[in-house]
Parts: sequence; C-alpha cells; structure tokens
Amino acid sequence: MIDFQTFLTIIGMAGVTALARVFGYWSMGKVQIRGRLASALEAVPGAILASIVAPAAFLAGPAEFMAALVTILLAWRLPMLVAVIGGVTSVVILRHLFG
Amino acid sequence: MSLSRQDSFLRGTLDMLPLSIGAAPFGLVIGAMAADAGLNHLETLMMGGLVYAGASQFSALGMWQTPVPVFTIIGVTLIVNLRLVLMGAALAPHVRHLPIYCRWSFVGILSDETWAMALRRSAERPLTTSYVFGLIFPFYVNWLFWSTLGVTFGSQVSAPEVYGFDFVFIAVFITLVMGFCKTRVNVPPLLASVGVALLAKTFLPGVWYIFMGGIAGVLVGAILHSDGVPADD
Repeated sequence: MIDFQTFLTIIGMAGVTALARVFGYWSMGKVQIRGRLASALEAVPGAILASIVAPAAFLAGPAEFMAALVTILLAWRLPMLVAVIGGVTSVVILRHLFG
Repeated sequence: MSLSRQDSFLRGTLDMLPLSIGAAPFGLVIGAMAADAGLNHLETLMMGGLVYAGASQFSALGMWQTPVPVFTIIGVTLIVNLRLVLMGAALAPHVRHLPIYCRWSFVGILSDETWAMALRRSAERPLTTSYVFGLIFPFYVNWLFWSTLGVTFGSQVSAPEVYGFDFVFIAVFITLVMGFCKTRVNVPPLLASVGVALLAKTFLPGVWYIFMGGIAGVLVGAILHSDGVPADD
C-alpha cells in the first residue's frame, strides 16, 4: 500500500528532521553552558518565536496587522487565554471589515 | 512521577489545548494536500508520524509530483527544519534533570508549539516528566488524527482563514514572545529578530527568514553579554 518513491522520500524527510532535532540538543549536552553562550541560548526561544510569527503577523495584511497589535496590547497585562481569544475574535471581525 | 495537580499530565495537555484546536484545521488541510498529491491514508500517517513537522510537510506536499523529486524535497525539508537545531540547543538546559526516556521522547517529537510551551512553563517552575508527556503526546496524536482524517474529508473543509483558526497560532506565539520580554535585556534580541525576519521574508525565498531572524536574535543576545549584562552566572 506504500509507493516505494513515497516511502524513500518520507524516510529521507524524517532522517534530516531527526538530525536537526537531535543535533542541537546533543551538542549542548557536551559543553558547559555559561557566560556568553548562556546569554546567546537565553535569546534563542524569543528569537525563533518572533522570527516565525513576525511575517505572519505584520506582512499578511491590514486585518492581521491590527489584530496582532490588539493581541500584543491584551497580552501586556491580561492572561494568555484572554489575549488569544481577543486576538482571534478581532481578526475575524477585521477580516470581515476589510473584505 | 509527580502526582500533584500542578505538575500533572493533564496540566500539560490543558496548556496545549488552544494550540491543539488550532492545529486541527491545518491537519485537515495537510491531509487534503496529501490526497491531492496521490498519497493514501497510510502514507500520510507515516509522514505525519515520522516527520511530524507541519511547515516542512506543507512545503513537501506542495512540491509533490510524479516522479517524486526525492532529493529536492529532502533538501527543502532540511532547510525548513533547521530551526530545530537552535530549539534543541535552547531546550537542553531546561530538561537536564529529567529521566533519559523523557528527554529523548521530547527531542524526538520536538515541535514549535510544545517547545515554546515547555520553556514558558520552565520559567515558572522546573519541568516534570508527567507535565512534558502531557504536552507532547496528546499534541502528537492530535496531529496524526486530523492529518489522516484530512485525506478523506480535508477537501470539504473551507480555508482555515474563514474562522480565524490560522490566527490562533499567531496569537499564541505573540503572547509567548511577550512572555520572553520580562526584563529589558530580552528586548533588543527580539527586535533584531523581528527586523531581520521581516526583511528576509520580503527579500528571500522560502523560510530562510526563520533561521536568519533566529540567528540575528542570538547574536544580539551574545553581543550584549559583553556589555556587562549579567547572565545566570
């Protein structure tokens, strides 16, 4: 039921993805994390998350842009779930307004 | 394994709930794309289970044709998933105290969403095995369920944008990023990442923006260290 080329491609995709997952984690297990390396690693989560989300939030269109600002403002003081629900609700309304 | 409510499996699953719901329509769309590409349920399940990285599955299925461009797809998959190298590195210090089967389960099915949620949790209290399992396993099964279901029903689902499902992911990530802005030291790397990511997204093809924005933030974080900003030691 599995096509051979499909099988090969999926195995290859799985292999390189596993490599990416394991390599970073494994390399950090080998070294003492402190000083400048600690500062660099501390910046990774925010840096990756911000990079993933910034284009989707700010370049997609006016509705997404404004809903992203709404989410940021809500997240400033309110619980995460409130900010998420507020952001999603505002994008639905704004998309309707902007057609 | 701790049985206290705060650290429980259920707590982890509940923390992932909005993201699990948000992932459902994307799973359906992936399944529909797989069906369009000529993949059956078993092949779609296999891809979801072994690759388990939505963005790279989108890219691969978008390029799928007969004969399959095997090496192009594998190469693009690697590029799309390069960010996992940085993510795994950042995760390491937060899971060191956990048993080996927990750590490697986490690393083996590392995803943007579970990774981000684990680091958020770890900023408040140390991670436990049951909490990590509550994060990763239901989210994994959730993805396989919806993407496999999508092979049959995906084409009947209208675009996720209609109901704002696609924005769940964006809104959650924005709130997570805000969570990393706790001290002033964290702000410049974030701004560098946002700036570089927006530039790279505008001028470069594909998903280089994730990796380049990530590197920019990490470099700024490392550079600021020399300005006498105290790290953790």
